[in-house]
Amino acid sequence: MADTARDAPPEQTDFHELEDGEELFPEPATTQESQPASLAAEDISTNSNGPKQDSLFDDDPEDLFAEATEEVSLDSPERDVLLSDGPSPAITPITPPTSVITPRIGHTHDDMFTHSSFDEIEEEEGGDSFDIHISVSDPEKVGDGMNAYMAYKVTTKTSISLFKRNEFAVKRRFSDFLGLHSKLASKYLHIGYIVPPAPEKSIVGMTKVKVGKEDQSSNEFVEKRRSALERYLMRTVKHPILLKDPDVLQFLESSELPRAVSTQALSSAGLLRMVNKAADAVNKMTIKMNESDAWFEEKQQHFENLDVQLRKLHTSVESLVCHRKELSVNTAQFAKSAAMLGNSEDHTALSRALSQLAEVEEKIDQLHQDQANADFYLFSELLGDYVRLLTAVKGVFDHRMKTWQKWQDSQMLLQKKREAEAKLQFTNKPDKLQQAKDEIKEEIEELEGKVQQGERDFEQISKTIRKEVSRFEKERVKDFKTIIIKYLESLVQTQQQLIKYWEAFLPEAKAIS
Amino acid sequence: LSAPAPRAVNVDLQTDAMLQVDISDALSERDKVKFTVHTKSTLPNFKQNEFSVVRQHEEFIWLHDSFVENEEYAGYIIPPAPPRPDFDASREKLQKLGEGEGSMTKEEFTKMKQELEAEYLAIFKKTVAMHEVFLCRVAAHPVLRKDLNFHVFLEYNQDLSVRGKNKKEKLEDFFKNVVKSADGVLVAGVKDVDDFFEHEKTFLLEYHNRVKDASAKSDRMIRSHKNAADDINRIASSLYTLGTQDSTDLCKYEQMLSLNLTWSCLHKIEARIAADEDLKLADLLKYYLRESQAAKDLLYRRSRALVDYENANKALDKARAKNRDVLQAETSQQLCCHKFEKISESAKQELIDFKTRRVAAFRKNLVELAELELKHAKGNLQLLQGCLGILKGNT
Repeated sequence: MADTARDAPPEQTDFHELEDGEELFPEPATTQESQPASLAAEDISTNSNGPKQDSLFDDDPEDLFAEATEEVSLDSPERDVLLSDGPSPAITPITPPTSVITPRIGHTHDDMFTHSSFDEIEEEEGGDSFDIHISVSDPEKVGDGMNAYMAYKVTTKTSISLFKRNEFAVKRRFSDFLGLHSKLASKYLHIGYIVPPAPEKSIVGMTKVKVGKEDQSSNEFVEKRRSALERYLMRTVKHPILLKDPDVLQFLESSELPRAVSTQALSSAGLLRMVNKAADAVNKMTIKMNESDAWFEEKQQHFENLDVQLRKLHTSVESLVCHRKELSVNTAQFAKSAAMLGNSEDHTALSRALSQLAEVEEKIDQLHQDQANADFYLFSELLGDYVRLLTAVKGVFDHRMKTWQKWQDSQMLLQKKREAEAKLQFTNKPDKLQQAKDEIKEEIEELEGKVQQGERDFEQISKTIRKEVSRFEKERVKDFKTIIIKYLESLVQTQQQLIKYWEAFLPEAKAIS
Repeated sequence: LSAPAPRAVNVDLQTDAMLQVDISDALSERDKVKFTVHTKSTLPNFKQNEFSVVRQHEEFIWLHDSFVENEEYAGYIIPPAPPRPDFDASREKLQKLGEGEGSMTKEEFTKMKQELEAEYLAIFKKTVAMHEVFLCRVAAHPVLRKDLNFHVFLEYNQDLSVRGKNKKEKLEDFFKNVVKSADGVLVAGVKDVDDFFEHEKTFLLEYHNRVKDASAKSDRMIRSHKNAADDINRIASSLYTLGTQDSTDLCKYEQMLSLNLTWSCLHKIEARIAADEDLKLADLLKYYLRESQAAKDLLYRRSRALVDYENANKALDKARAKNRDVLQAETSQQLCCHKFEKISESAKQELIDFKTRRVAAFRKNLVELAELELKHAKGNLQLLQGCLGILKGNT
């Protein structure tokens, strides 16, 4: 199921050359799983650079998914995932995205390490110097009948040297986007990163397009989707970790992308996903975690409330869009009616004035239409995006719970083994005793390792979530503010137009004598 | 709930120093509205120069109907009766709000309640205005202002004991209307010799229908506007709740509040536009719908008189031929002739006045509409630019 060309060495080495902190993993054997997350500042020391990570990542490729959480879709290429699992943003010199990537050797490298904490680097990244812009455009229907699909042009403009060029474009279809999300989700969700969700599938919408209905509603559908895909990509690349993921880079850059078949709604993989999700839900209900950290409880509650509020807001905005469209239609109808009235009026000046009124109302109807679009595209879609994002956020908290559970399970198992060990002392079979003792000792050692790992994983995911949440909240406020400003600016324009129209009409009305 | 004397008069009238009528106060009780009709007059028939009485809607209707039924006034456009005060919809909404109180936040509830109360007040003001317009039209009419019933209506400070029509009477009315419209069709078919009236007939028929259509469409448009305004109101409350919940970060809180402010402003914008259009456009169209109907009724009465006159002529010819009941036929014919000519004469003037009034009213309202829209658009622009300034400066 190697549906990505990630084995292409040039890309990998390109990527890994730049990642120079990755060799600093203290315990290669058992810490694969937590590689990306454990790159806390503390772990980093000014060690040698150099691309040693290839060998590093080759160790224990299986181990990562030995106890895979249910979230990992079984069709994703786990092995390859491991290899690109290593985004170690903490120490990479790439971090200030605007600056051209400087060679990690020498002074710059030392400078990097003087402030190599994740937090500080993240602050740099989070600044306004983020320089990548993606646009999704030119939807084009490819093929015929039920096998037809829409191809979109994805254009990237950037000065980040992660990319081979400053400006480039590729053609992608909807399932490619879903495939990308699926890969990112399987890699990052379970370690606490908030992966932006992909736009929703729509069987009805797509069928209309396939069947070739070239009407208003299918055009609207395509535009809605195009816009959603663009927002999805922008959100994904805004995330400092995800930006550097090889799957993302490949998605944006490479001209050929193997089809992500497992994203089809009715595929066996899809069904498996649904089954796993159901199993999840049951498991979630049975985990009772001793929350030692009030922050998490508080935040979870906060997100619950936010979810409720945003959904309510979303509903109101959708209602507004609907009424505004109605208003536009009714205004147009009134305009026609006023024109008719003007025609039958036998006083000349009044007749003319009424016709002018009809014209004004017609123009206003167009304004309403534009306003409804603004309401929709700026507001309603934004709210929809955030409602879906919150699901991802809640998912990340759930993963933390599962990580805790895993740790607790290991601990319990260890406890049992220790008890078993103690019991061994009282066996009456001396010949078997030594063998059994050795066995148990081995098992206990292994379990002790697992427990430690479990604890570390839990701490790591907790840490990651804190940062992710802080980032998410900042982004949310910024996002909303930007959209509101855009929206208000569109309203300002509307008012200015209205003033023009009525100022033109007033003398006509006054001219009635 | 009582309102100060409204001055929103839809029709341009010439106030006569001799007789001035207005509604100086109004009181809304459970299911009826009590209007205080205030008169200032130098006419000798009245006992005082200035006086007030309290009247209800049914009494206005009684007065209007007495005009319609008076043969003497057949040649005039009878000022249309004011529509019945209708607070049902508004009351229903208020009731629903009360029932749903538990399901919304205090903020939302207060906002919605204010909205509905404002709506109620607006409807109230409108009904007062419409009753006033009716009285003013009567007072301005050279003949109707002298009507005895009108004077009783204005002066008699007891209850006129005019009860609303009972079922039987309502049924009678219904049949009368059916007969009238059937007759109207017959009568309309009669071609008029007089060009003026022929033209007026054609014009009024078409005009009336178009005003009806425009009135209905403007109502729909305004309703959509009100719906959009309600949505915006809800959005503003949600944003307020979000802002107050999100109080962990002070900056975010401020932003949310300014958002809420923005949306509250937006709500005012939409609500104001809807109200302006309602007042200046919808009410105007509704009024002229009624007036054009009254004008049509006049034409009908004239045509009816014409038909009667022609029939009387035929009867006279027959009587003369048979040399029987000639005197009777002659008297009848003369009466019909006189009636017809009287109606025709006054009708001509009435229709000319109608046009003048109509043009003046449309002019006034269209100018005021445009001025109001401009005023609000400019105000809104300032508001929006202010909000933008706050948001942009508040990084």
